[in-house]
Amino acid sequence: MNFDFVAAIVTIVGVTTPILLAATGELIVEKSGVLNLGVEGMMLLGAIAGFAATFIASDPQYSDSAPWLGALAPWLGVVVAACAGALGALLFGFMVLTLGANQVATGLALVIFGGGVSSLIGAGFIGMAVTPFDQIFPDNLAQDPVLKLVFGYSPLVYFAFIMVGVVYWFLNKTRAGLVLRAVGENDLSAHSIGYSVIGVRYGAIAFGGAMAGIAGSYFSEVITPLWAEQMTAGRGWIALALVVFSGWRAGRLLAGAYFFGLFMTLELYAKASGFSFLPSQFWAAMPYVMAIVVLAVMSARESGRAEAPACLGKNFTPDA
Amino acid sequence: MAGSNGTASEPAPPRLELRGITKRFPGVLANDNVHLAVKPGEIHALLGENGAGKSTLVKMIYGILSPDSGEMLWDGEPVKVQNPRAARKLGVGMVFQHFSLFEALTVLENIALGLDAKLTNRQLEAEILRVLDLYGLKLDPRRIVSTLSVGERQRIEIVRALLLNPRLLIMDEPTSVLTPQEVEQLFETLRKLAAEGCSILYISHKLHEIIALCDTATILRGGRVVGEADPKKETSKSMAELMIGANLKEITRSASRTFGNEKFAARGLNLPKRGDFGVALRDVNFSVRAGEILGVAGVAGNGQNELMEALSGENLAQNESAIVLEGASIGRFGPNERRARGLCAVPEERNGHAAVREFTLVDNGVLTARRRMGFLTNGLISAAKATVYANKVIQVFSVKAVSSSSTAGSLSGGNLQKFIMGREILQEPAALVVSQPTWGVDAGAAATIRQAIVDLSARGCAVLVVSQDLDELLELCDSLVVINLGTLSKTMKVGEVSIEEIGLLMGGVHGDPEATAHMTEALHDHPI
Amino acid sequence: MIIRFEKRREPSKVMQAATPIGAVVLTMIVGAIIFDLIGYDGPRAVKEIFFTPIFASYKWQDVARKAAPLILIALGLCLGNRAKVWNIGAEGQYLVGGMAGATVAYFTAGHGGVWVIALMIVAGLVAGALWAAIPAFLKTRLRVNEILSSLMLVYVAQQLLGYLVTGPLKDPNGQNFPQTAPFADGQRLPSTLWGTPIPPGLVAAFVLAFVFFIVMERSEFGLGVRAIGEAPKAARYGGYDANRLIWQTLMISGAMAGLAGLLEVDSQTFKLDLGFTTSLYGFTAIIVSFLGRLHPLGAVLAGLVLAISSVGGQVAQTAVHVPYATAGIFQATMLFFILASDVLVRKRIVIVSSEPARKALGGAA
Repeated sequence: MNFDFVAAIVTIVGVTTPILLAATGELIVEKSGVLNLGVEGMMLLGAIAGFAATFIASDPQYSDSAPWLGALAPWLGVVVAACAGALGALLFGFMVLTLGANQVATGLALVIFGGGVSSLIGAGFIGMAVTPFDQIFPDNLAQDPVLKLVFGYSPLVYFAFIMVGVVYWFLNKTRAGLVLRAVGENDLSAHSIGYSVIGVRYGAIAFGGAMAGIAGSYFSEVITPLWAEQMTAGRGWIALALVVFSGWRAGRLLAGAYFFGLFMTLELYAKASGFSFLPSQFWAAMPYVMAIVVLAVMSARESGRAEAPACLGKNFTPDA
Repeated sequence: MAGSNGTASEPAPPRLELRGITKRFPGVLANDNVHLAVKPGEIHALLGENGAGKSTLVKMIYGILSPDSGEMLWDGEPVKVQNPRAARKLGVGMVFQHFSLFEALTVLENIALGLDAKLTNRQLEAEILRVLDLYGLKLDPRRIVSTLSVGERQRIEIVRALLLNPRLLIMDEPTSVLTPQEVEQLFETLRKLAAEGCSILYISHKLHEIIALCDTATILRGGRVVGEADPKKETSKSMAELMIGANLKEITRSASRTFGNEKFAARGLNLPKRGDFGVALRDVNFSVRAGEILGVAGVAGNGQNELMEALSGENLAQNESAIVLEGASIGRFGPNERRARGLCAVPEERNGHAAVREFTLVDNGVLTARRRMGFLTNGLISAAKATVYANKVIQVFSVKAVSSSSTAGSLSGGNLQKFIMGREILQEPAALVVSQPTWGVDAGAAATIRQAIVDLSARGCAVLVVSQDLDELLELCDSLVVINLGTLSKTMKVGEVSIEEIGLLMGGVHGDPEATAHMTEALHDHPI
Repeated sequence: MIIRFEKRREPSKVMQAATPIGAVVLTMIVGAIIFDLIGYDGPRAVKEIFFTPIFASYKWQDVARKAAPLILIALGLCLGNRAKVWNIGAEGQYLVGGMAGATVAYFTAGHGGVWVIALMIVAGLVAGALWAAIPAFLKTRLRVNEILSSLMLVYVAQQLLGYLVTGPLKDPNGQNFPQTAPFADGQRLPSTLWGTPIPPGLVAAFVLAFVFFIVMERSEFGLGVRAIGEAPKAARYGGYDANRLIWQTLMISGAMAGLAGLLEVDSQTFKLDLGFTTSLYGFTAIIVSFLGRLHPLGAVLAGLVLAISSVGGQVAQTAVHVPYATAGIFQATMLFFILASDVLVRKRIVIVSSEPARKALGGAA
């Protein structure tokens, strides 16, 4: 059997991108000291919002009168997805930052709520399709059997890479990033000096939500550009594990994401080619088992604990 | 107000003047019509005991809080300080009692966060080195804060403030974390600043420091200004009385104090350090007789908490004979067994360690007393017995609480501390270990607690008190040791040892006279 | 006019009791309005979801059947959540409980009787406890966050179920459907007891709720659990072993979830199939535990509310044509409201009218 390396790599990149996007967003959130477990919910919100916006914008009755709308439809979808994710995140932020609700429970509520809302809105779109948003470079580069390794991807893939770099630069080389890290390390100190802990955290949460929303739109606009229930299949949780695995560092995030992507691709290949010596469920379970193993290895290291932002998950109580 | 033609006959306006400042919190009037004036270049003490309203007042000067009424004048002009940034812009620098530092970041990053100016890292580093040099301070900008000692961390706060070229520097209880030698060093820095025209507002409740350093003192009590004093003219006693508002009550203890046999001891107690930032206990030895109070002095961060946890049983010793109570080796017993045998402990932190804020007083009582006082049958707690006990503690120790089913969090610091001390003392332990018994507690409650400790020892209990307040230890204790980097010095009798020697031991040499002498010499040449 | 939150001296007991009720009522109101706006008959939907199952006696058995696992799992979660040990993977423990029962049934094929059933119950309890022991081990020995580890195990459990019903446990006479053979008569528990609509699971739930109440509020163990959640250092100071408590709470909640799974399989479906993964009781039970304010008796009431709304959701689907997801949205909304309203327990709302003359620092004006 001819093993198509190029196809394999393209697939790996494809499955890794959404978790990389979501994890990059969640990294900023956690660096500011907030644990937002609602990633899966925000991804689903982004998935349906992106799909719906793209679908409506590419509807012939609109694009006939405004042809540019049809061309921009997928981009519009991504933007709407980002907004949807950010809105979900801000709901979480309001409850946690302003009302002081428990972060774990609120994050879970967001997962359940996001899932429900996306099912509700998606009910009207079941089985419908949009054009996959999977190419940005011209055909001669993107379709070339070898060059497509570099040029053949969806714009969201390049976006994900760029954002990892942006987040790294932001956290380590800018003043604002330093303030964000300070807020996550010691919110009371930051407050005493005069920084707005709540303001910084709202911003971080909104950013994380937007990234998760975009990650969700990747599922509905690129991977399977038709609408089906629960298409994110637990990837949001893997993104959360990935943030822990990365030790809250952007560089390791990229490496870790591809590590998971590798296992998720193995699952696809196993199902397709049927490595029949092991049941298909084994491969399907692999990414999750690997997530646990990886968490165990990373958390057990003495320094693994010291790398977590000290305020992670604790609410800010200045008058306690 | 400044004269229009600037004649020398008109004195310069105060650098800072507060008129009628009032601030109210739910249930308490923190500041009541406070007037204060600090002259340029003056070192002005703000004196008051815990809870008098000093911290609230300076938070308003620094813009963290805003007053309910009153006005503030800067160099004679009315100002409104909206937030710390505005305060810094005016020229107000503040060194907090509780540092606003970020452990995982470097010194440089910490200082950058405290500044509003936009400097590159290189520029900032140069500035920091310049200031350090100017005032004779030592600090490495590249180090991560978690690796620094407490005194070094305070230096970060000071450098942060100095980089602003402040015209008013507020120091909030700066010396509780310093050795006596480091305190002297700090005073020199402050005197230098004042000579250059910077005003200093020095908050403290330590009278001898204020006498040594300050030009004038404003005394707060219960949120009000009750007097102004010239420390050079007053005595400690008169200022203390102004501060407390009553005649100083001496602790009553019987003149002839006899001690029994050794009751509680540590022998070769070793404990490896936990985590990156802990302190290892090395070869800790002490002996406390029945009726004796042994004090453990030391600067914060030298292993006091580790010692407490080793003694309370939260951390087991490596061998059972490392800790001995009434002849029995208890080193490998946990807190429950130790309490059963009569060793009770009170950790430093009231909230979250000695007591649970969200629990009622009854449940807080159950937390430690349940086995020794017999509240349990078959694993179930008798609510009746627990309530009776809690009520007894409340009554005997005059704890101001609505009832025993109030939550611990609803009590003031002093009252909660009284409850906690009472909870342990009424268990009639054979030995009691307590850390920082009166930290952050008002004078009335502190007196109650100290008297209770003395009375307990008079009943034959062996008491060990860990405290950063040397004055308290000298007042309470019969004998003293100093803890430094996880080791104890030799035991000294209170009254036979000088403050200077204690200070040196706190800074670092253990009962080694030659080394101590070397160190003293070295200290004079190159202060810490 | 400024609205501000001011901290209460003591948490408000009135609010603690009132907020769950408020959350449910507010959900009904908000839900009716929103659904109305998006084109459905909002008020009717709310009626069908929340009230019809209460008054339509033919629905009571459905409600009771759903309430049992919800309450059972939620009791374990209340215990864990009080200790701030978050067993998000209760669904996985529920699944392995069912799988354990089906496995015992398979190996005792043909046999029945009290001992077989007892063995099945024990198997369900143990399987659930062991599945929860994995995150407990990871947390206490390797400091792995139990939220992620227990959740990952849910997906693993789902795959395991798929494997079992398409492989080793597949019914040879089942026309290749992914399901086990039906249990023998002697292996089954009755679906309902004594002619009432009450399943054995619900009786177990009521009894255990009472037991959990005693344990949590009146036992030494319960005090330790609460202490670990509020102040871990104080718990250690009080002589409690944090690691032991983590093991105990996780395994207890795992056992409860496993029991729920076993009872579902052995008193309701009498076989194991892929449909077993669709009910998601393990996740809904999280909502139940919070709505019940992490109190065992509250969990009983909250479990009934969620069972009612789940059944009601199906009714509304046919009556008002709302999509299936609607009940889930209502339930998530109740969770949001109860979490948001928690602030009213800790703080009170203060309306401050501004008095310009007496404010702040005097300005130059």
